[in-house]
Amino acid sequence: MTNRLITEDDLHAYVDGALAPERVAEVVAYLEGRPDVARRVSAFSDQRDLLRKALAPIADEPLPPQFNLSRMIENRRRRPAPIWWAVAAMLMLSIGGLGGWVIRGSLQGSSGGLAALAQEAAYSYSVYAPDRVRPVEMRASDSAQLVQWVSNRLKQPVTLPDLTGSGYRLMGGRLIPTSHGPAAMFMYDDDRGGRLVVLTRPMISEQSAPMTPHSGGDVSGFAWADGGMGYSLVGQAAAESLKPIANEVRRQACTI
Amino acid sequence: MNDMLRLIEPVIPALRRYARGLVRNRATADDLVQDCLERAVSHWGQRREGDPRPWLFTILHHLAINQFRLSARRGKHIAIDEATEDDFGQEAVQEHKLMYQDVLDKLARLPEDQRAVLLLVAVEDLTYADAARVLDIPVGTVMSRLSRAREKLQQEIEGTVDGAPKNVVRLRSMK
Repeated sequence: MTNRLITEDDLHAYVDGALAPERVAEVVAYLEGRPDVARRVSAFSDQRDLLRKALAPIADEPLPPQFNLSRMIENRRRRPAPIWWAVAAMLMLSIGGLGGWVIRGSLQGSSGGLAALAQEAAYSYSVYAPDRVRPVEMRASDSAQLVQWVSNRLKQPVTLPDLTGSGYRLMGGRLIPTSHGPAAMFMYDDDRGGRLVVLTRPMISEQSAPMTPHSGGDVSGFAWADGGMGYSLVGQAAAESLKPIANEVRRQACTI
Repeated sequence: MNDMLRLIEPVIPALRRYARGLVRNRATADDLVQDCLERAVSHWGQRREGDPRPWLFTILHHLAINQFRLSARRGKHIAIDEATEDDFGQEAVQEHKLMYQDVLDKLARLPEDQRAVLLLVAVEDLTYADAARVLDIPVGTVMSRLSRAREKLQQEIEGTVDGAPKNVVRLRSMK
C-alpha cells in the first residue's frame, strides 16, 4: 500500500468504477476503518443504482418515427456539396448580400417582375418550409376555401396545382405579403419530407415571360409568367427534377 | 455516410435518456434529441475522430441549455409540473415506478448543472474527462459538481426517509 492520501475525488471515482484496481484496494482499506465515510459512499452507490434503474426504461422505449436517421442522412445527401455553398457565399458577398439570397443566372440582369417573384418565392421557402409547427395557414383539407380566399385577395382566379402525379402532396397554403401586393403560396411535400413551394401573384411588369431557372442559397427553382400571372416554384431538390414539376404547374395553370 | 448511421444510431437511446433526465417532459426531450440528430448529420464532418458519444452529448447538452434559457425567460417551468406518470416508462411494476418517480422528482430539484454532471457520469458512463468536454468545464469542476449533486440528492432522499436507516432502497416502504 502506498502513502497516497484518499481524496473526495477517489471516493466518487470508486462509486463510478473509474479507479485503477490497485487504487480500489486502497480505498476499500481506507473505508474499513471509517464506517461513517463508508456509509456515505455506500449511499452514493445506492443512489447511482437507483438513478440508473429509474432511467433505464427510457432507453428501451421504441423510437418515435421522427428519429429516422437514414432519412435525415438521405435528405442531407440530396443537398448541394459544401463547395457549392462556398461559391454561393462568395457570390453573395460580391453582390452585396440581399438579405442572404441572391438571384443568379438568367434572372440576374432582370430588374423586372420575374426576378422579384423568384426572390419572394425563395424567401417564402426559407421561412415556411423548415417550419414544423405551422408551415401553412390553411391545410389541404380546406383547399376549396384556400383557393377562394387567395383568389379574392389576389383579385384573380388562382389555380391550385395538383402535383400528386409528380409525387408531391398538397400540404396547404397561405397569403404572402410582397412589395407588389399579396401573393398566394402553396406548399407540397413528398414521402421523404422534401418540400416544394409554389408562389403566384399578378405581375405588373413582365406579364408574360418564358420559364427561367433561378437558384441561390440552398434552393433552386423556376419562374415564369402567363397572362398577367407570375409563378415561381422553389425547392431543395436538384433543378433537373424540379423542371418537369414546374412544367406541370404551368400546364395546369394554363388550362383554366 | 454508412459510418454516420453505424456510429450515431446506437447512441440514440442514451441521448433520449439523458434528455429526459434533464428536461423530464417526454415531448420536449424527444424534440431536443431530434434536433440533435439533425445537427449531428449536418455537422458530421466537424466531429473529432473516435467515439462519437461525447460529441453527440455535447450537441444535445447545448440544445437543452438553450431550451432551459428559453423557458426561464418565458417564466415557464417544464421540469416537474408537466411530467406525468407515463413519462417514466411502463415496464416497471407499480411499486418500483413510485420509487423511481420519487428519485426523479428529487433529481429534478437539483440545479441543472449538477443534474447534468450526475446524469452524464453516473447514468451515461461518460468518463470525467468526457463529461468535462460535454459541459465545457475543467475536470476539477466536474468533480466538485458531482460531489455537490450527490450530497444534495442524498439529503433529499434521507430527508423523506425521516429517521429510517440511511439506505436508499428503503424508499420502497415510503409511498
